[in-house]
Amino acid sequence: MSLITTLARLEAVDTGRAQPLATVRHRHLSERPLVFVPLTTAGEAGAPLGALVGTDRDAPRLLVVPQPRDRDLRFTFLAELADVVLPYVDAYGDAVEAAERSETDPETGKRVKVEVELCADAPQLIVPSRAGIDFVRLLGRSMRFRRTAEQDPETPHPAPPRVPLLGRWLTHFGERARVPGSALLLALTDVLSRHWATGQSSLEDQHLGALLAWIAPPEGEPGAEAALRAELQRDAKGQLLCPPAGPATDPAFDNKLLAPAIERYDRARTALGAAEDGLEADDRLGELTAAEQHIRDLVESRTRPTWDAVWRGLDLLRGLPEGAHAADRWTRDRWSFTGHRDGVLAGEPPQPRRDDAVTAANKLATREREQARLEAQEALDDPLVMAGRRLAGEAFAGEVTDVVMAYSESKRPSPRPLVTIRTDDRPHLGERAKVYRSLGGKPQSAEFVEYVEREDGDGDGDGDGDRVRGRGEDGGADAGTDADEAAAGLSVVLRIVDKMGRGKEPEPGSVPEKGDQICFTLFEHEQRGGAKLPDPEETPWTHGGPPTESTEAAEATGATGRTGAAAAALPEPDPVTEEDLL
Amino acid sequence: MNKATLASALGSPSAFGQSQFAFMRGNAFEARVKADGGAELLRLVHERLDPGAVPPQGAAVPDLTAVGPEGRAARTALALREATEAGAWTLLDHPLLALDVAGSPAFLEPDAVVVHPDGSWTVVEIKSFPMLDGSADAAKVGAAARQAAVYVLALEQVANRLGADRLGADRVVAEPQGRAQISNVRHRILLVCPKDFSNLPAASAVDVRKQRSVTRRQLDRLTRIEDIADSLPDGTCFAPDLPAADLTAAVESVPATYAPECLATCELAFHCRARSRADGAVTSLGRSLRAELGGLTTVDDVLAAARGTTGDPTDPAVAALRRAAELRAEALGSRSPGHDRSLDHKGTPCP
Amino acid sequence: MTPASPSPFDPGAEAARATGAILRDTLHGAHRGVVVDSPPGAGKSTLVVRAALELAEAGRPLMVIAQTNAQVDDLVLRLAEKNPELPVGRLHSSDTDPYDKALDDLPNVRKSAKAADLSGLDVVISTAAKWAHVKGVEPWRHAIVDEAYQMRSDALLAVAGLFERALFVGDPGQLDPFSIVGSEQWAGLSYDPSASAVTTLLAHNPELPQHRLPVSWRLPASAGPLVSDAFYPYTPFRSGTGHADRRLAFAVPSDGSSPDRVIDEAAETGWGLLELPARHTPRTDPEAVRALAQVVRRLLDRGGAATSERSPDPAPLTADRIAVGTAHRDQAASVRAALAELGAGGVTVDTANRLQGREYDVTVVLHPLSGRPDATAFHLETGRLCVLASRHRHACIVVCRAGVTDLLDDHPSTEPVQLGVTVKFPDGWEANHAVLSHLSEHRVSWRP
Repeated sequence: MSLITTLARLEAVDTGRAQPLATVRHRHLSERPLVFVPLTTAGEAGAPLGALVGTDRDAPRLLVVPQPRDRDLRFTFLAELADVVLPYVDAYGDAVEAAERSETDPETGKRVKVEVELCADAPQLIVPSRAGIDFVRLLGRSMRFRRTAEQDPETPHPAPPRVPLLGRWLTHFGERARVPGSALLLALTDVLSRHWATGQSSLEDQHLGALLAWIAPPEGEPGAEAALRAELQRDAKGQLLCPPAGPATDPAFDNKLLAPAIERYDRARTALGAAEDGLEADDRLGELTAAEQHIRDLVESRTRPTWDAVWRGLDLLRGLPEGAHAADRWTRDRWSFTGHRDGVLAGEPPQPRRDDAVTAANKLATREREQARLEAQEALDDPLVMAGRRLAGEAFAGEVTDVVMAYSESKRPSPRPLVTIRTDDRPHLGERAKVYRSLGGKPQSAEFVEYVEREDGDGDGDGDGDRVRGRGEDGGADAGTDADEAAAGLSVVLRIVDKMGRGKEPEPGSVPEKGDQICFTLFEHEQRGGAKLPDPEETPWTHGGPPTESTEAAEATGATGRTGAAAAALPEPDPVTEEDLL
Repeated sequence: MNKATLASALGSPSAFGQSQFAFMRGNAFEARVKADGGAELLRLVHERLDPGAVPPQGAAVPDLTAVGPEGRAARTALALREATEAGAWTLLDHPLLALDVAGSPAFLEPDAVVVHPDGSWTVVEIKSFPMLDGSADAAKVGAAARQAAVYVLALEQVANRLGADRLGADRVVAEPQGRAQISNVRHRILLVCPKDFSNLPAASAVDVRKQRSVTRRQLDRLTRIEDIADSLPDGTCFAPDLPAADLTAAVESVPATYAPECLATCELAFHCRARSRADGAVTSLGRSLRAELGGLTTVDDVLAAARGTTGDPTDPAVAALRRAAELRAEALGSRSPGHDRSLDHKGTPCP
Repeated sequence: MTPASPSPFDPGAEAARATGAILRDTLHGAHRGVVVDSPPGAGKSTLVVRAALELAEAGRPLMVIAQTNAQVDDLVLRLAEKNPELPVGRLHSSDTDPYDKALDDLPNVRKSAKAADLSGLDVVISTAAKWAHVKGVEPWRHAIVDEAYQMRSDALLAVAGLFERALFVGDPGQLDPFSIVGSEQWAGLSYDPSASAVTTLLAHNPELPQHRLPVSWRLPASAGPLVSDAFYPYTPFRSGTGHADRRLAFAVPSDGSSPDRVIDEAAETGWGLLELPARHTPRTDPEAVRALAQVVRRLLDRGGAATSERSPDPAPLTADRIAVGTAHRDQAASVRAALAELGAGGVTVDTANRLQGREYDVTVVLHPLSGRPDATAFHLETGRLCVLASRHRHACIVVCRAGVTDLLDDHPSTEPVQLGVTVKFPDGWEANHAVLSHLSEHRVSWRP
């Protein structure tokens, strides 16, 4: 953790409220996000208990599985969820704009521009916490290999239509969420703690209630106390006043409230089944409905506080202006969304259980590139983030104290002006290190020439101090924090090398001027694309050769042997046992 | 000593406790795995760990009931010896193992131990978290591996007591630091979990050598536990029915280093956190915070140093803090209106 | 290696036998790949150069893949030194200063940013990153992949289509490749893109012959057993020299100060631990940095002379034969500044990452855990300590605050465990304990 973040946390402890970690909002927020607050059943993988979902903060849709071990009830829940999520997603698939993308021409092998559709906007899912993202992934995985009766009339437990499609979309959202800086699926606790430092640990920040208690504590109450109440305070029945944001529930809720309610529901269902005539059945149906309603009330009582908290958190985030580059990253999200939309329309099969070697390597490369992009863009958009980079020696800012015109030694000399910058920062500059500044939104490069130690502490700007410091690291470009040096400060001499036009004289405004406040970074502002990997069908022998139908199962080292159903067009569905009904 | 009870008595109840749904599901799964005389479990051990051995066809499942932990541990040791001598697949369901900890025995109950036809022993851990497409929650697998490593150590002690040479095991296991050791306790344990979304069992072998050597070293070190005990006031006793003040005094006489990770693993963590926060310890905000703070350990000290009121400016930690404070102030000076406080005081996060 | 061999260990013969087998498999073997594990200073570069020359001599053009530009340039220089006539291509990037200027003096080395310009040359050398951009060429029949354990699986995926068969050489004990983003999602897959290239290669081709260079020519007899036991527990190696073969002596006798005493201890036994009082410090612990700088200053001032099997005459211990190793860049910068103040600027000071593959007579190391309040995975990484403890031919002096053993005991490794991932040995936690316990026998307490 950067020392600046540490300080912010300690100041939060001291002042009793969260302190800013950003001056702008570093994630795009949709005008109309879909908020999803799920609950799961303890001890079972992917057995939802219920959820609040929707785009209207005042009218969430409540979905409940009154008996989570009943597969049919689970399917009903998932079908209802699909009825909410898929129309929301589809709406964004319809509005498109024309865009260009470079593709490799299959005949010539050359990169050519092709005109394609790009969705004008994309859906955005918000879950309360990081565990919610994992749950979205789990739901996606549990649904996308299900078969509907239409796909496979023989399937023993056909899934409702559209459930496999919902699984594919949730899988896509879950995978996209792994890309740094993406915003198709966001965990609110992550976004909030990106922008505010609380007086508690980042582990505790994953409790949405406690996190909000620090960011916006009730009047007069210190954040620490409000957070403690959010974490631990219970009512007379032993229930948490601020229920966990899920998807896991509090054991006390399960044992004291939910278990008896489910028992009552089971009894009512058995009784209804045993009813001997219509009149008795009517009576017992009433009891079943009441029992179900009770469970619905319980689920709503656990999810509604979180639902409201999510919207409050979104309000807080909307109070920050969006960072300049957030839109650029959102465009990448739109490409991602459009790509999956196209894949679904083209009838591609669901995402495989395991990535093949080439897909995995491509994803890793993309994420590394996006991580570097995110770090650079956040710093460029936000002086507070840049301050952290400056402290780490990865950037420096200061005043231009001298500009000397110089030219390259070639037949057609180009301008290579020498710029001296007085800075209190301590950049880790190696010999001829490249540095960059933003010039009209584009990076301008310069080369480190030398350090000049200022004789006078106040630096009156004649830029003519003794040139005693060496070139590059070997000469002792120390990042030491020796107090005397810190007081004296340093000047850095740079040679500007590009973005000055084609002429002998630099274009106006392209060279810094004496007196300018200026900031250079040691990191690049834009990311180069990596080398293209082979196509999956050209996977080399070192990586097992091209994937075959059965590779997928074989690569999963821990999996018990899966008989390859090569004939099936669709991947084999998960095995279903009577026992998973328990 | 039950830490959860103790925590409640101290006034810092933990959030721990198990949902009965999870409990029932876990029991049902374990019962299923061990059904039919452990046929499925032995099949998995054979397939994952010992495919060269004769396939198990019905296994001996000796009765391990006895009176008291000592009795049960002795019964387990006897069963292990008999099974090893018999040279046939044997399933020990919930055996009891005695492990010497700082001179006194601790009793451990693994889910199962399987004796192979070659006389080697395998620890089996049955967990209810899923193995999804062959992978599982790494933190949970890590915890299971550490737990199993303790069982492996305990089994090694049993083997030593029984005399490994007499067990007919001729497996020479290469050990680091050139130590070769004869052991019939396998260092790969079998982890059994529900497969995907079903409750069919899936199994994976987990190498616990690292965990075993860490645990071994820690147990060796625990010989010094008497030193800790000696330094405690006489009559220290953690019994929840003592008055809270006495209890607090007793608990606080034991040195404990709280870090937020404790919240996930220890029932007393909320109590320790309260103490740590009251002391103003920076580690209550995360262990990693301390890395750059040098000798400064409290919130007040750090902030005073950062503000320039205390601290030696030639100390790099102090100098870096001041620079950080300057840079932070500079950046926030140009702070955008987004952080204005108009959104504050709008209701409480929770009722 | 059969440990029970009755004849005395003959390092030269053992090494020659291993090299012979490797070259035989490389030139005449039936397998598409050959893997060679090379512990520190076991002659990896010599092997690579020799294999390249023999392949070229046999009329089989080959490509060489290294991981950094410095490694590529070093290999080109070594090849040219062994055979100045050999036509070598240096494929480089289009950045400014893409290669070492020393290459310009070699008449038979052609340099280009385009692979097509280098076709037909006996040997073409570049980095994995540059090779990944080469498309649409006829595959080479042979490749040598250097530092293969530091190469990521995805980097091998990008270049493996360029060759038919390859010799993979590397040191499994050094720093593992890493990724700046999470890759847990692929853990346990045989082709996990963030794993090392060798891990993936062997998972898919377990039948490939695997060799090991059994002798370290760099590490002295005092360091071989410790480094082998601590970092290569299941693949031991020996030191190629005996205790009598190396000697480090100083003309100026000790003045009784802590730096002099630890220098004498290290000269005598090969190891020295200069222990400062226990204290939590920031990474750039000024006292430790100062102590370290003083040790270096005294090493230079005391007229050291190193005698070794290389020459009968003692070689003076000059600044270029000494290196300082740290875990972090800011520590290296502080040490450089402190050395500059003491007028000892010519000594190499670098982080473990950058010291990989380099060799000195004496190294002075700031222990990665010195003064730390916590032990993170970064600081416990075995490779880091292994690199720092295996760069020296004569002696290694470690500067450290007291209390690291307790720190380790307070931070037992509780790492998550991924199913299906082969456990890597040794564990950083254990290796650290092993090294510390050995160093404690060579302890000199710091007295200012």
